[in-house]
Amino acid sequence: MQKTSKLSRDGAVWGLVMVAPTVIGLLVLNIWPFFQAIYMSFSKSLPFGEFEFEGIDNYVEMFSNAEFWKATWNTILFCILTVPVGIFLALLVAVMLNSKIRGRTTFRAIFFLPMVVAPAAVAMVWKWIFNTQYGIINTMLGQNIGWLTDSRFVLLTCAVVQIWSNIGYDAVLLLAGLQNVSATLYEAADLDGASKVRQFFSITLPMVSPTLFVVLIMRLMSSLKVFDLVYMMVDDANPALSDAQTLMSLFYRESFVAGDKGYASAIVVWTVLLIGIVTVIQFIGQKKWVNYEV
Amino acid sequence: MQTSMKSNKRLSAGLTYAVLILGSVIMIFPFVWMVLTCFKTQAESMAIPPQILPSHWGIENFVTALQSLPFVNLYVNTGLLILFRVLCAVLFSSMAGYAFAKLNFPCKNLLFSVVLVQMMLPSQIFITPQYLMLAHMGLTNTIFALVFPGIVSAFGTFFLRQTYLGIPNEIAEAAYLDGCNKWQTFTKVMFPLTGSSMAALAIFTAVFAYSDLMWPLICNTDLNMMTLSAGLSTLNGQYSTNFPVLMAGSLLAMIPMVVLYLLFQKQFIQGIAMTGGK
Repeated sequence: MQKTSKLSRDGAVWGLVMVAPTVIGLLVLNIWPFFQAIYMSFSKSLPFGEFEFEGIDNYVEMFSNAEFWKATWNTILFCILTVPVGIFLALLVAVMLNSKIRGRTTFRAIFFLPMVVAPAAVAMVWKWIFNTQYGIINTMLGQNIGWLTDSRFVLLTCAVVQIWSNIGYDAVLLLAGLQNVSATLYEAADLDGASKVRQFFSITLPMVSPTLFVVLIMRLMSSLKVFDLVYMMVDDANPALSDAQTLMSLFYRESFVAGDKGYASAIVVWTVLLIGIVTVIQFIGQKKWVNYEV
Repeated sequence: MQTSMKSNKRLSAGLTYAVLILGSVIMIFPFVWMVLTCFKTQAESMAIPPQILPSHWGIENFVTALQSLPFVNLYVNTGLLILFRVLCAVLFSSMAGYAFAKLNFPCKNLLFSVVLVQMMLPSQIFITPQYLMLAHMGLTNTIFALVFPGIVSAFGTFFLRQTYLGIPNEIAEAAYLDGCNKWQTFTKVMFPLTGSSMAALAIFTAVFAYSDLMWPLICNTDLNMMTLSAGLSTLNGQYSTNFPVLMAGSLLAMIPMVVLYLLFQKQFIQGIAMTGGK
């Protein structure tokens, strides 16, 4: 009896000591800044990093600003352009890599490659490929399409690069989910004479739906806060800048280029709310299609 | 019947190969094009119709890229950033993950909820206050500044907690009966059992520290203190039309990670699959 109480007291002390660095770090680096950011969004930024509380002025300014609404729309459009197509292609690749074919590991390694290349370098190459005058795509087509400078195409071009960058990562995650599906299910379906397409919709899709849901949430979040790719591909001199400006690029510009940290904080709070709303909708919606009875 | 099924199977295998090969070409083409462009002169890169191969394989563009950016510093800074982020994440997350999984202490659930809250919030909301903190301490343009937001890892803590939860309690009890205290049980018995999870966390942390752009751009504005990603973005403005130099710079920036990836391909992919979903 005495031994257990010493054991648990010992555990209490060591437990607190061992979580201390992480918990203190998170409080200082994340929890406190979170509240600070919210406070800043209701404040006016003064020189030398000082803030003065001023109420909802930043939000009033933000909601009446056309540039802000344009950025919000661009961000949502970017999600619509990247998430469904990206996940569909990743699932296609994962299903194909899950079949018995030669060179699986090589294919997998190739599709995964963009993951280990910094988005800054990826953006650089694609910018060159999509260059209006000398890019390989236009010179091959014999056209002069402004992939990155025409307001109609710029976001679509960025979306293509985003999909290309993430397809391998998503496919690796989905592949891990697919490999957990028992082969006996397919054997039984084969005996019953179910076609491959039927098997995909009746076995594969329901069984992989939990992984699919994780990938969906992750992609929605990363598309809603896209920054690096757009920042690198669309520079300040680009005539189509306003058609590719996402919420996070607007935030970066307002906070660290223009230096209006109060207003920028309002943008970031808005983005967090947007991400929160989208995530909640997904968690409600998942009940309809995600199958956890494995 | 038998033959039609067989030919059907062959057809579907052929189709799978065709699609995968086409996909692979699309995945690899940008890198091939980048390498080819690196060796071309500016005029060759702009030739119409496009010139596929460079006339001679010179390294002039690499020399120009190396002269325009302090690449040695960029490599060292990026290397140190990755090293410290990985060490901190693995060390602190192992300790906290073990404690949250195996020990009982006051306010455990409350403290763990701090970890969960951080994971749910997008990192951009912390950036401006983190920068102001750093600026108040006068520590911008340092290696510490680069590492700063990643000193502790909520995700790492959560992930390693899962790993420790999967280790049976009997192992820790046996160690205790053999005379280990809690700390020794952790360092000598439990910690070494989580090797593959720590490796996964290390790879995950390294890949994301290496690709991150917004924070390095903000905290270190001195070119000599930048990371490869941030440095590359300045090259973008310098040589907006000299694509061979831009490609040479990009290639130099991506080569270390790509070489590591080619050497440890299996570990990279497994690591990402294990940490998946963050």
